[in-house]
Amino acid sequence: MSTDQNPSVPGSKDGTELIRFDRVTKRFGSNTVLDNLDFTVAPGKHVTLIGPSGSGKTTILRLLMTLIRPDEGTIRVDGDCLTHEDKGGVLHPAGEKHIREVRKKIGMVFQQFNLFPNMKVLRNITEAPVHVLGMSKDEAEERARELLELVGLTEHIDKYPTQLSGGQQQRVAIARALAMRPQVLLLDEVTSALDPELVAGVLDVLRDIAHSTDITMLCVTHEMNFARDISDDVLMFDQGKVIESGSPEKIFNDPENERTREFLSAIL
Amino acid sequence: MMTSEFFESWFLPGIWITIQVTVYSAVLAAVVSFTVGTLRTSQFWIVRFLAGIYFEIFRGTSALVFMFWMAFAVPLLFGVQFLPMGAGVLALGLTYGAYGSEIVRGALAAVAPAQREAGIALNFTRMQRLRRIELPQAWPEMVPPFNNLLIELLKGTALVSVITVADMTFSGNLLRLATNASAPIYTLLLVLYFVLAFVLTRGMRVLERQAKAGIGQTPPSSGLFSGLRSKSTDTAVTGGVK
Repeated sequence: MSTDQNPSVPGSKDGTELIRFDRVTKRFGSNTVLDNLDFTVAPGKHVTLIGPSGSGKTTILRLLMTLIRPDEGTIRVDGDCLTHEDKGGVLHPAGEKHIREVRKKIGMVFQQFNLFPNMKVLRNITEAPVHVLGMSKDEAEERARELLELVGLTEHIDKYPTQLSGGQQQRVAIARALAMRPQVLLLDEVTSALDPELVAGVLDVLRDIAHSTDITMLCVTHEMNFARDISDDVLMFDQGKVIESGSPEKIFNDPENERTREFLSAIL
Repeated sequence: MMTSEFFESWFLPGIWITIQVTVYSAVLAAVVSFTVGTLRTSQFWIVRFLAGIYFEIFRGTSALVFMFWMAFAVPLLFGVQFLPMGAGVLALGLTYGAYGSEIVRGALAAVAPAQREAGIALNFTRMQRLRRIELPQAWPEMVPPFNNLLIELLKGTALVSVITVADMTFSGNLLRLATNASAPIYTLLLVLYFVLAFVLTRGMRVLERQAKAGIGQTPPSSGLFSGLRSKSTDTAVTGGVK
């Protein structure tokens, strides 16, 4: 194993960065969604990505979740490269086995929840811990019950997703992602598909998690109050690049970039 | 006219043979459907290509001619002699399996792509996604077209009579030769196929309701035959077995 692939080697995991994008470019056809993007996220930080739609925020989460691959550049999570693996000193495009190894560290909550409609709530949460992590069924169920308590849905444990409201489904989806004990939680506009009165419940759960755990969060949202509450850093995107970054106080109260100002005045 | 002795010694066993051929062919067709159907969604083009070739060949050839080929050409070409029923079951199962693979492929393609992504996000392997997420969700979509196919298959089993398998149709033909009573015999045959098909449809309806309940959809209210369903299925099947 080469030094920069091995997470136990100092330097690759020195505690300063958990996620690293190196000159990442992603195109869809002739449309360049991400353009030579560089950014890093330190462990335990909660980072919010904001910007106009089409600016590439969701693409970043989808790249990290390995749902799509970058056209150029490398992405590292906890020192491990998502895009390439080292075979005898030569970098090859990452194979399925390698990707699955790195993917263990990442969890994602989707805009449309994407619960499995063929499984009841409990099994939605335990299925992956049992069959992917090899956890015992009892242990997985106990953990699922704890998580359901955390998201306030204990009484719905035996229902199918279609029997729940959107907000309840999204809270189950959060529990399902947390059940895999990821180091990084990706939140992709998790309240955008919800009726307005259900948004608060989901955001409360996420605030709780943000404040009570050391999980790293990468969050795409249009809920600026929520972003202000939980974020350590806010990254403002436009046309595939980070055009401004800083603490939420700075970005929201005193943005320097003209486009950031325009964007915020349009949505606040 | 139809003597009761002839009926009992030929027609009843004929019904039983028809049921057997239907069941064996359906099991083979189901295995082929799921195997070829899922292979046709493979990420490897060569696998999709080979499964596609299988599909095209069996969709494009006549089940009857294939049956003749299995029964009469294979012994000459390869020196292997199938029992007539074996040749019939193989021909029907492989052919209807090809049609069924299209049902499986289509239903898998209709599963929301977001479900695949949720499976990836939870780090399931491709096989696990297929088995635990995609196939169970595609299943309720498959049941109604499978029902159609099963009825087609049941009626298609009449083909085995031409390679000397003594099914219902074979017995009917034999009886007609002996008695010349074409009208009652063929009317009876029509009714018998209809009754068997109806029983199959009822059974598949139960399966459909269970499948929909299994993904949290409330099954549609059952209507006319709800109270009769399980009962009529039972009596009809055992009636055939005797």
